[in-house]
Amino acid sequence: MQIAQNPLVNKLRKKPRIGENLIQAVLLICGIISVLTTIGIVFELGKESLLFFTMPGVTLKGFLTGTSWQPAIGEFGILPLLTSTLITTFFAMLIALPLGLGAAIFLSEYASPKARKTLKPALEVLAGIPTVVYGYFALTVMTPFLRLLFGSDTVQIYNMLSAGLVMGIMILPLVSSMSEDALHAVPRSLREAAFGLGATRFETAVKVVVPAALSGIIAAFIIGISRAVGETMIVAIAAGSGSAFTFNPLNAAETMTGYIARISGGDVAYDTPEYNSIFAIGMFLFLITLALNLVSRRIAARFREVYE
Amino acid sequence: MTENKNQPIITVKDLSIFYKTFRAVKNVDLEIFENKITAIIGPSGCGKSTVLRSFNRMNDFIPGASIQGNILFHDKNIYDEDVDPVQVRRMIGMVFQKPNPFPKSIYENIAWGAKMNGFSGNMDDLVEKTLQDAALWDEVKDELNKNALSLSGGQQQRLCIARALAVKPEIILMDEPCSALDPIATLKIEDLMRELSHNYSIIIVTHNMQQAARASDMTAFFTMDEDRAGVMVEYGLTTQIFTNPKNKQTEDYITGRFG
Repeated sequence: MQIAQNPLVNKLRKKPRIGENLIQAVLLICGIISVLTTIGIVFELGKESLLFFTMPGVTLKGFLTGTSWQPAIGEFGILPLLTSTLITTFFAMLIALPLGLGAAIFLSEYASPKARKTLKPALEVLAGIPTVVYGYFALTVMTPFLRLLFGSDTVQIYNMLSAGLVMGIMILPLVSSMSEDALHAVPRSLREAAFGLGATRFETAVKVVVPAALSGIIAAFIIGISRAVGETMIVAIAAGSGSAFTFNPLNAAETMTGYIARISGGDVAYDTPEYNSIFAIGMFLFLITLALNLVSRRIAARFREVYE
Repeated sequence: MTENKNQPIITVKDLSIFYKTFRAVKNVDLEIFENKITAIIGPSGCGKSTVLRSFNRMNDFIPGASIQGNILFHDKNIYDEDVDPVQVRRMIGMVFQKPNPFPKSIYENIAWGAKMNGFSGNMDDLVEKTLQDAALWDEVKDELNKNALSLSGGQQQRLCIARALAVKPEIILMDEPCSALDPIATLKIEDLMRELSHNYSIIIVTHNMQQAARASDMTAFFTMDEDRAGVMVEYGLTTQIFTNPKNKQTEDYITGRFG
């Protein structure tokens, strides 16, 4: 027996929403493209590195532990390139982390809304300067200054210190902007709690706001480090070409990225060990930044929602 | 009123509070007495929280906020040039609407303010004493190292009260301290306020009239004037305000005809 249906039931029926489905499809494609690109890059890096490691005279152990990188005579020890990368990164972080966090604390906890509105964009302009400009700034301003300071006998024309310091200036806005976002996200009620107990602005910032924002700040630091490890142009211009196994930051020493940039510039024959080695170095760099990213995720997850 | 024989601990004289050009509160005169619980009641937007926050200069953090008039604490205007607002807040503590413990352990929540104020005695004793004073000790004594955020809302609020006590203030300001709590937790806080009033002066803002009637000695009724500025309509003993209000507006409000 047919039961008469309330006409309102028709209103409940599913309607086709073509626009909605279309947008969903487009967004899916966007996601797939970025994932596929990453997979493609890693695949290519892996394939070419494999080519390098199967070449005669090349071993993984020698690559990881050798202290001499002289492709011309068949020596492929990555340590000189690695130490140079680490030294430039160290000096970059020496500038970018404390100054970046300091600037972030100032902007978030001290600056009036008006000062904030002017200072934040000014700082972010630094991030918009092309790295090649920073590279020549290192070579033509920072290096002469360092030579003046420490003497031109001790400071080489190309040196890791100059490149590292300028790299720090370049990364500063990234660190400060991300740290500031993290500080800004700390609820006002926590600051009021501290102020209400008679804390000064400084005590509130350092003992309450920064600890509460620590996960975001550490993530900013790690991204800053990744950026420094992967930075190419500044070190290629100012840190020197030709590897050297030295821990003296006033000396010239090529970094991993600097070597890749120079070799891929085209003056080396295709399918030589020298050429293939850049993929192995690229793979190594990729693993370093991947590890840093994983660490930063771990840290962010561990401290997340501490103040909720 | 017998209270007038006492020296007031806070005297508000012709207080107006501005947010930029907007006058949020106008021409308030008020005397707060020692070891009493003073309730400030009134409808939303009447500036009662604004007035409360002016007592320990918490409005300093709101850009554009300014005051006219005097707030005398022991006869000293706390807005004088030579007054350090940080010291004001150490002597006049505050408990906020939403419990806001630090994301640290219960122990550290108490110790933090005390350490900052240069407390040099036995910290364990202080933590135990203030938690007992805040009627929280028995519930947390075995888990002092637990994160304060794992406590219930009512426990968190009592922890915030304990934390304020550890700084040894004279006055405790409470800005709707029970608005985020359930009725049982609310009653606990009210009992606690009664205990604390033996040693502290308490000023509480509440939009809950029953709470004011139950828990306070003095009541100030605020409302919003036609120009949207908050004004104080009537101030007196709580029993008088609730049983025999002199002002028609007060009567309308407490009998529920308005607000």
